[in-house]
Amino acid sequence: MTAISQDRPANTSLVQRGIREALYAGAISFGMFFLLIGIKTDQNIRNELILVPRWGLLAVVIALVMAGRFLMVVWLHPYLEARKLQKAKAPVVAHAEKSAFVRHWTKIAIGALILYPVVIVLLVGFQGSLKWVDNFGIQILIYVMLAWGLNIVVGLAGLLDLGYVAFYAVGAYCYALLGTEFGWSFWILLPAAGAMAAFWGVILGFPVLRLRGDYLAIVTLAFGEIIRLVLINWREVTNGTAGVSGIPKVTFFGLFDFDVSSPYYIAKVFDIAQSGAYYKIFLYYLALALALLTAFVTIRLRRLPVGRAWEALREDEIACRSLGINTTNTKLTAFAIGAMFGGFAGAFFAARQGFVSPESFIFLESAIILAIVVLGGMGSLTGIAIAALVMIGGTEILRELHFLKAVFGEGFTPELYRMLLFGSAMVIVMIWKPRGFVGSREPTAFLHERKAVSSSFTKEGHG
Amino acid sequence: MEYFVQQLVNGLTLGSIYGLIAIGYTMVYGIIGMINFAHGDIFMIGSFIALIVFLFLVSIFASINVVLFLLIMMIVAMLLTSLWNWTIEKVAYRPLRGSFRLAPLITAIGMSIALSNFVQVTQGPRNKPIPPMISTVYNVFGISISAKQIVIVVVTAVLLTIFWYLVNKTSLGRAQRACEQDRKMAALLGIDVDRTISITFIMGASLAAVAGTLYLMYYGVVVFSDGFVPGVKAFTAAVLGGIGSIPGAVLGGLLIGFIEGMWSAYFSIDYKDVAAFSILAIVLIFLPSGILGRPEVEKV
Repeated sequence: MTAISQDRPANTSLVQRGIREALYAGAISFGMFFLLIGIKTDQNIRNELILVPRWGLLAVVIALVMAGRFLMVVWLHPYLEARKLQKAKAPVVAHAEKSAFVRHWTKIAIGALILYPVVIVLLVGFQGSLKWVDNFGIQILIYVMLAWGLNIVVGLAGLLDLGYVAFYAVGAYCYALLGTEFGWSFWILLPAAGAMAAFWGVILGFPVLRLRGDYLAIVTLAFGEIIRLVLINWREVTNGTAGVSGIPKVTFFGLFDFDVSSPYYIAKVFDIAQSGAYYKIFLYYLALALALLTAFVTIRLRRLPVGRAWEALREDEIACRSLGINTTNTKLTAFAIGAMFGGFAGAFFAARQGFVSPESFIFLESAIILAIVVLGGMGSLTGIAIAALVMIGGTEILRELHFLKAVFGEGFTPELYRMLLFGSAMVIVMIWKPRGFVGSREPTAFLHERKAVSSSFTKEGHG
Repeated sequence: MEYFVQQLVNGLTLGSIYGLIAIGYTMVYGIIGMINFAHGDIFMIGSFIALIVFLFLVSIFASINVVLFLLIMMIVAMLLTSLWNWTIEKVAYRPLRGSFRLAPLITAIGMSIALSNFVQVTQGPRNKPIPPMISTVYNVFGISISAKQIVIVVVTAVLLTIFWYLVNKTSLGRAQRACEQDRKMAALLGIDVDRTISITFIMGASLAAVAGTLYLMYYGVVVFSDGFVPGVKAFTAAVLGGIGSIPGAVLGGLLIGFIEGMWSAYFSIDYKDVAAFSILAIVLIFLPSGILGRPEVEKV
């Protein structure tokens, strides 16, 4: 559509063009929506499907599409063009002194994350803090942890993995089954879950060593589905779709715990009021510690030979092999270490939920984690954390938008539109920033001084 | 032996549907090198459009005229599904053409999530059952073949013949094959690459819409999440046959159909998907670019 409109003679005014494009968009959306929105299939009393027309809603949707298209042509496109021109004109500042905030921003961010539960508790009290610490804090941190783990495979080694959730599942079931069967502690099973997931990472790694690109993608996807199907069907061990419940809570290194009936319950030990919030706050710090561990290991690994080999593999596999790097080991370690962090996250997830079922490990989860990695800018830890905050926090906040009920009526449930908006947001963010939020890279090996590399020079690998 | 042939027939039916969807994956991959994750959901949209058209026809005509109904359902579904895929390509994939490889993959996954949830929101999360359209079953040498299965296989065969003719004998198909080999060179020789890509999406969507209609007729039920499993199976079929190769997609579809049919008949129905995916992994270990795929040669 844009290509057509550019060829038009310049004398047609912008508004005229906007109206024409809007009519065009209206006609297309009518064709797309008149059956799927204009008619609803409903069941009548005899359980037969009947058609219920909704022409009013259809008219509203088409009007919205037309208005949106009109605004895009008349306002958004000229605005973006003007901004691009302005940017091109502005002189390039050679060495702008970074502000104190930019230079110390990692420390500031970590400080803010540590203070977050304290601030929330001070603001809304222990009982009110549950939702904010659990649904926002812990939920986002789990995704940050997973995305940083997957980042090792996709962002550093350039191997496209669509089945990452399998390792998450392995970690979660490792803790869930061993914890409930043998009553082992979380602190023993956390490394065990990581090791188990890493083992499965190597198992997956072997058959896919020779595969590249989309063949690799489909086999990893298939692997994720196989793990999920086995969890569903191996009922003797995993209890099938019903899942495993009654997973023991994490203790504070065995000193005291968060189980109300236990003699070492935190409220009894410290002689304070009972509250479920202590456990959530403790889990929040545990998730934060695990996420920071992932980040720390990733940053340090990038400076080790194996980390450099991963990045070399991403940039050019043939050159990498000609320089004598063992690509087999490089790929296997990437899969294993990425999987290990997935396993940690899984064990943590099982401990937090107290219940696991195959429902939690569907392909959609893998897709969300991969989307966070790519939207964050593949390889940039900061970008990935921002992407997790925006995508997961954004969809969680939809649950809180009760005022929308006043606008759209009592029957309106924003949760229903959560995934629809999530999917659309993925598309829009990707078109707006194809390289992700933080596209530039900081190389670990450099001559004289470290310079950020523009995203257009970095590669994403073929694997 | 009869049991075996019976399973062969069932596998052929299922494989035809997978093959039709797989062609859409493989053609898009061949021409722009992108895994169109939303293709499974395009198939589901086609199925829903066929469902609504069917209910509409039932409310107008007193009796069910199978041939007429199927024909109208297929044509409307093909037209509207093509419109959907054409628009999606323009809105979500075209701005990212020439961008790095993972960007269109992520928009495709986003589109897939958005499409299935769009249908969930507008049509409701429940299963949508329809009364059986055809219930005749023929008995040939002890093998029962239902009329539905015959319809599916015949429709698939006819469509594939038309499709084969389009790709191999017309100037449109020549343009498509040229774009597949070298997009820049094709553009230099005067082929409208954007238009060719749009037509590829339209063709893929039409075949998926027919698959959706046949799926609705065969199983008699459709639900908003139905795009995922057939989509993944069809994608597996496309990769198994060698992605980018159209005969490979059909062959892969039939193979996946046979594997599923045989596994559920002789072993356990619970693990039929595990079997299909495992065989994919095993085949790819020995043939890393699928059965009919051209090995990718990287020039240094």
